[in-house]
Amino acid sequence: MVAIRDAAGSLVDRGLAVWMPGPNSYTGEDVLELMLHGGPGVIEHALEALSSADGLRLARPGEFTRRAFEAGKLDLTQAEGIADLIEADTRAQKDQALAQSDGALAELYGGWRAWLLRALALLDVSVDFPDEADAPETVSVPVLGILADLDDRFSDALREGEIDQRIRDGFRVAIIGAPNVGKSSLLNALARRDAAIVADLPGTTRDIVEVRCRLQGLAVWFQDTAGVRQTDDTVEMEGVRRSVRAAEVADLRLFLTEDGTPPPLMDLFRDGDLLIRSKGDLQVNTLFTKEMPTLSARTGAGLPELEALIGDRFRARVSSREAPVLTRARHRVAIGLASAEVREARDCLEQERGAELAAEHVRLAARSLASLVGEIGVEDVLGEVFAAFCIGK
Amino acid sequence: MSLPESFQVIIVGGGHAGCEAAAASARAGALTALVTHRADKLGEMSCNPAIGGLGKGHLVREIDALDGVMGRIADLSGIQFRLLNRSKGPAVRGPRAQIDRRLYRQAMQAELAGTQNLTIIEAGVEDLIVNSSGIAGIVTGGGDRILARQVVITTGTFLKGVIHVGETRTPAGRVGEAPSIGLADRLYGLGLPMGRLKTGTPARLDGRTISWDRLEMQEADERPEPFSFLTDRIRLPQIACGITWTTPETHRIIAGNIGRSAVYSGAIAGKGPRYCPSIEDKVSRFADRERHQIFLEPEGLGDPTVYPNGISTSLPEDVQAAFIRTIPGLEHARVIQYGYAIEYDYVDPRALDRSLEVKSMPGLYLAGQINGTTGYEEAAAQGLVAGVNAARKAFGREAAVFSRADAYIGVLIDDLVTLGVTEPYRMFTSRAEYRLTLRADNADQRLTQTGIDLGLISPKRQAMFHVKHSALAAARERLEQNRMSPAAAVACGWKVNQDGRVRSAMEYLAYPELSPDDLVAAWPDLAAIDPQTFAQMQIEALYAGYLSRQASDIRALRSDEALRLPADLDYAAIGGLSNEVRGRLALVRPSTLGQAGRIEGITPSALTALLAYVRKDRAAARDA
Repeated sequence: MVAIRDAAGSLVDRGLAVWMPGPNSYTGEDVLELMLHGGPGVIEHALEALSSADGLRLARPGEFTRRAFEAGKLDLTQAEGIADLIEADTRAQKDQALAQSDGALAELYGGWRAWLLRALALLDVSVDFPDEADAPETVSVPVLGILADLDDRFSDALREGEIDQRIRDGFRVAIIGAPNVGKSSLLNALARRDAAIVADLPGTTRDIVEVRCRLQGLAVWFQDTAGVRQTDDTVEMEGVRRSVRAAEVADLRLFLTEDGTPPPLMDLFRDGDLLIRSKGDLQVNTLFTKEMPTLSARTGAGLPELEALIGDRFRARVSSREAPVLTRARHRVAIGLASAEVREARDCLEQERGAELAAEHVRLAARSLASLVGEIGVEDVLGEVFAAFCIGK
Repeated sequence: MSLPESFQVIIVGGGHAGCEAAAASARAGALTALVTHRADKLGEMSCNPAIGGLGKGHLVREIDALDGVMGRIADLSGIQFRLLNRSKGPAVRGPRAQIDRRLYRQAMQAELAGTQNLTIIEAGVEDLIVNSSGIAGIVTGGGDRILARQVVITTGTFLKGVIHVGETRTPAGRVGEAPSIGLADRLYGLGLPMGRLKTGTPARLDGRTISWDRLEMQEADERPEPFSFLTDRIRLPQIACGITWTTPETHRIIAGNIGRSAVYSGAIAGKGPRYCPSIEDKVSRFADRERHQIFLEPEGLGDPTVYPNGISTSLPEDVQAAFIRTIPGLEHARVIQYGYAIEYDYVDPRALDRSLEVKSMPGLYLAGQINGTTGYEEAAAQGLVAGVNAARKAFGREAAVFSRADAYIGVLIDDLVTLGVTEPYRMFTSRAEYRLTLRADNADQRLTQTGIDLGLISPKRQAMFHVKHSALAAARERLEQNRMSPAAAVACGWKVNQDGRVRSAMEYLAYPELSPDDLVAAWPDLAAIDPQTFAQMQIEALYAGYLSRQASDIRALRSDEALRLPADLDYAAIGGLSNEVRGRLALVRPSTLGQAGRIEGITPSALTALLAYVRKDRAAARDA
């Protein structure tokens, strides 16, 4: 505990001062951390005292992590992990972000890249040393072995990565039903606030309204959609079109019916989706069953059971995976590209179109992975990654 | 003979770098002197009697496209032409030829003797004249001073060279020739960073004592493909090379005497090329291998000397004699000259800029093995660049720099001045990021126009280039304009994906099962395209998809290369750089952001910091 004073000598606060000399600090530079009492008055005086000192200014968003990255303390995926860690508000998001900031993705991608470089080296030896007895006349067999294995791994990652992205960005649940069946009331009940305008007038909801909830440590977006019906109103028609699209891409669909008549878009019903009787307070039989749950947005009856049911379904999907493989669209794009290049390389070798062409595809695949950890083409990516930080960490 | 008192450019050394540098400087119009201590050794091939190969053959084609001499001289002296990688794609096919050493030397000496603006002076060079503004000339062994504001040093392995044969060590450049210790001391005195490398050569055998009839023979190509775009056909008779193998007995003898090899006894400190290991290295590093291949390469049509490629060694003479006798076909072979290892000094090429000028000594250029490379072709390519640039500097013109996207020459020089060397540097196709674009077949299309702009190209080559260039353009246009639907293609009997997409004749040309004749049958006007042009179009069609992708990579490269970094950039003033990165940058002093990115250990984030700093600097300069 020390007394912290401004340049004029007046006491700012009594607190802890931690001196972290470089290069072993977070950013690699010398860092002084002050732990003060957090009241606005203390903060105001402290900032004033610090800002008036020569060479000091407020950190820009993400600047400490950017400096750590520039000092080589982190690669790009780890920096992303830190950003996610700061943003994480569910346990699953936190666990995943922590694993990523510890280098889980960097290690995975680095391993894949090492195999690609191995394949590339084999191909290049066959190209550059055709006369040498040491170079096998054909390197196709070992190279194809490596490429087939990577092809599988990339496919697995692209599939399993769906879950990682959902953990980070949230699962999406679309609420679907005919006009005025109570979709918006359900959404508001889930949000425990008025997110969507509710009226008895059919066709009130024209666009997708989303609320974010936390179910069993997972982030879940509930999406209220426009009621699906034939209409001549062009604005409503667009709303319907968006409802269909939302229903298609959602991770789970809640189909609402008031009286048991089949709701619209039932052809999109997939395993795990739920058919629900709404306006339970107006129904005769209000029993909540898994087969056809009934709930009342007005009284809240059946709501906890529904949340538990949805949470269980997503939990089951999450628990099947061990470590993250890709958590952002950026990762998906790069791995997708690498995967396509690896397939092209396999085709080149299998159809004997030339080692130099196979090598070109492998090189592009390796480059795509290198861009993930921030080794090349980084200028564009950097801005994107560090812009996501909203505070100075 | 009365000499001019001064020249615009002096070339020191008459090896492959020196010959090409002298020819290039003279072509560019500079009054040039080539100073060598043995004029009769100009163009000597002191190692294996072959030119070209993968990457190397590409370099020769590029030198030729810039009207250099190596390709034409090799065509006049080549006695076994083979196009390597014939079974692979055209991008990675490399022309190579066994050379008659005497014919090569003679043709080169005749070529240089007939070169305008060039004077050949037979003298050793013992020192450089340096004044406050840079280099001013040379001092010969005889004490004569020859003045020039540009000097290109191409002294190969002559700098503090030491030859090792077993326990015997002899200071020398090549066998029987004295090293230039004074010049090395001067270069040390300039404070240039230097290192030590080694290379080796095998024993030379008397071909009349080899049992050829018991050996597998490798024939030349039936239709030898010349190096030079100017050569219409190869006129020399073509010979075959022999192939034999080491035996377990060979390995036993070598392993039993390994301690007597100069390399293994610890007498040699310099690093040798991984790609060209000595037989001692092969036997000890690949102990499980039962045999190693040896090519028996005749050194000339009328020369009985044979170069046994694959058994370079620094073992003592008695051990060499003993192991050679264990090799099938060589049981009675007479050794003409024993193999040896040579250690020599080189200048860390990171001390050079991309015109091969020493950054700290204006007017001084270095080219060839002195920069840590190995190989005639690598040396010649550097000689050409140094020669052209020395001449351009003499005329006050901007340096000519080749990019990695233009040429293997660009790859070579960028690698050297950016990364330095850790072992003798040899070119490979895998060093070129854009190897599908940088082909041996299109070297003229990539570089001759640049050569014309630089004033390097003879009227004859210019005329030939323009004829070929317009023939290619016309053929390309015909092939793009003629189009056919998949349905019509099936009617021609072609197997085409029925996707309804109308394709051009160029696209159909990429189908492996379709020949130019098939296309001419469908579009009679294509008969106007001559077979050579058609063959070139076939290569373009084959790589079309890849080339457009490489083109976008190349654009990105060029934009990084366009970001020039000031030569006097203060790395200490740039925030966000570690001291290690600052040190690496200061060592190379990259001239562009692109080059900075290729320095080992320079992270993308360091590049970003560099970029941000330079932009800010520029903005500040604009605002001021």
